[in-house]
Amino acid sequence: MSYSLKENVMRPERFAAGHRMCAGCGSPIAVRTVLRQLEPGDHAVVCSATSCLEVSTFMYPYTAWKDSFIHNAFENAAATLSGVETAYKALKKQGRLDDTYKFIAFGGDGGTYDIGFQSLSGAMERGHDLVYVCYDNEAYMNTGIQRSSSTPHFADTTTTPAGSVIPGKLQQKKNLTRIMVAHGIPYVAQTTFIGNFKDIAEKAHRAIYTPGPAFLNVMAPCPRGWRYPSEKLMQITKAAVESCVWPLYEVVEGKYILSYEPKNKLPVEEYLKLQGRFAHMFKPGNEWMIDQVQQEVDRNWQELLASCGK
Amino acid sequence: MGIRERLSGNEAVAYAMKQINPDVMGAYPITPSTEIPQYFSAYVDNGEVDTEFIAVESEHSAMSTCIGAQAAGVRAISATSSCGLCYMTEMLYVAASCRLPITLSVCCRALSGPINIHNDHSDAMGVRDAGWIMLFAETNQEAYDNYLQAMRIGEAVGLPIMVCQDGFITSHAIENIELVETDKVKAFVGQYRPKHYLLDPDESVSMGAFGMPAYYMEAKRQQAQAMIDAKDVIYKVGREFGEMTGRTYGLIEKYMMDDAKTAIVLIGSSAGTAKEAVRQLRAQGKKVGLIKVRAFRPFPSEELAEALKGVRAFAVMDKDDSYNAHCGPLFAETAAALYAAGVREPRGVNYIYGLGGRDVRVDSIKQVFAELDKIAATGYAGQTYRYLEVRE
Repeated sequence: MSYSLKENVMRPERFAAGHRMCAGCGSPIAVRTVLRQLEPGDHAVVCSATSCLEVSTFMYPYTAWKDSFIHNAFENAAATLSGVETAYKALKKQGRLDDTYKFIAFGGDGGTYDIGFQSLSGAMERGHDLVYVCYDNEAYMNTGIQRSSSTPHFADTTTTPAGSVIPGKLQQKKNLTRIMVAHGIPYVAQTTFIGNFKDIAEKAHRAIYTPGPAFLNVMAPCPRGWRYPSEKLMQITKAAVESCVWPLYEVVEGKYILSYEPKNKLPVEEYLKLQGRFAHMFKPGNEWMIDQVQQEVDRNWQELLASCGK
Repeated sequence: MGIRERLSGNEAVAYAMKQINPDVMGAYPITPSTEIPQYFSAYVDNGEVDTEFIAVESEHSAMSTCIGAQAAGVRAISATSSCGLCYMTEMLYVAASCRLPITLSVCCRALSGPINIHNDHSDAMGVRDAGWIMLFAETNQEAYDNYLQAMRIGEAVGLPIMVCQDGFITSHAIENIELVETDKVKAFVGQYRPKHYLLDPDESVSMGAFGMPAYYMEAKRQQAQAMIDAKDVIYKVGREFGEMTGRTYGLIEKYMMDDAKTAIVLIGSSAGTAKEAVRQLRAQGKKVGLIKVRAFRPFPSEELAEALKGVRAFAVMDKDDSYNAHCGPLFAETAAALYAAGVREPRGVNYIYGLGGRDVRVDSIKQVFAELDKIAATGYAGQTYRYLEVRE
């Protein structure tokens, strides 16, 4: 069936309004969009790593989750959900459960690229039938914008402040999506919010309904950490895609498929200038930083094109 | 009549697991508990159990998968030792606060450093405040028996339970053992029927809430109550087990305590050595006795105060240390139990012993009783924080 945004948003919400996430935050948008791709008759068990998402959606005695939900700790959403999924297998094998369940974990980049990486890698290698969704906002936002291994080069965070000697984060962003591809799992995709949400919706559906482990990396900007007005969220994700800072692609059974190729690849300035965390890069004398980021983005993009056979 | 066998402690525990046939096991290798998931994997791979085995990448994930599975509505188990238990610590607290009756087999082993694979109780004592029920075994038979009782106890109060035995001393030594017939085990342990669980098609539940100050303390108070309630449950299950097997269990075991003037309190396999020392000293007419603590959590405070109130002097022996320049945890809690019960007369000393597998012989225990004789005679305890048989 062809994708229709109207049809998609008319589906019953599985993630209730009234949670406490910030306006202009990408995380709840990612969650709602992913959960909407569940077929209406299917149950889900959702697991969240400790994160903004968790503390804002399940503050006792309120929960925003209409499906069964479990929060365990920061670094173990994948392991926790692999336990749930295994219990499901046990019940099915013993004939104690008829219903169909799907298993979806959400973690921020801190809980996924860094502290939760071992747990994630283990769960993917073991082949559990679950989807791990990283909502990547490129720093530890819940604790106050500290750098993670996902934070991009030169970004100004509270533990990599743009100082007079050290100009923000010194390292490049870790390419987690490709690391997940290296696990040899059936489905990996990178996406964000673009246009009518077709890209993220279709990838989420494929991730959920591909048997075995799947990983979705969703760029999910944070207005506090990235320092943009909340209404500019989709302008930023669009610039990220058009500049090839965050290319859209999927890897199905090891085969790379490019989801979108910009007709006119934007210079990285067009992405960087929208965000306060990169403001120091635009000061006179710092042009070299932008040049360097452009080179890095170009190299990553060429590598991706090569992987996609282009 | 049970089935006579010769098994190591690890084999006995793995066999108990097989008889119970739990739903999910998440485990990671570590000496000396590794054999348990090893034996159990063979049961899984040969189709002798229905259990799904998750060979995780760490102990942290072992406990995380157990939390997920038990929350989902099934019985989850694991086994570990030493640093593995340390690495699980964060998750042990979550398991207890989520009120998930997971069963964890612990083969107690020293902690690094220096790195050491042999027995003491530093690992289990390090997690004593995590909110788990903790049973300790003296023998392979007790390791097996405790395991068969564990799920009944944990599930009745909604708390996870640790079934501890002494690494190598019982985990690897082969002893005569009496097994219970599997049909009787299944009837005794029963089915797991949680009230709320993730995979209930009729009800969605959210677990693992963010608890702000307005609610956090009530959650913890309920958890504390569950541990208080566990005392009666341990007695009840221990009695029922006795009716089935002839082996009845409580929170402590008293050995020749009725007219004892001096006594030793300890945990685990050293009780066997201490019993032999008591027998030999009794043969010489000395009024000595032993108290073995089976349940460290819940702590048998009333039982210990009652058992010790008539002695002149006692030694609490800790196979671990708190490094507080004062005493080990078993002594601290025993002294607190006596004080709370208004028992002031007995003089008590603390011996730190057997660390990292340092051998504990009958003569070692006799040496402690000789010291207690002096304390009983003079009424003067002297230094209460002592190390047994150490080069200084």
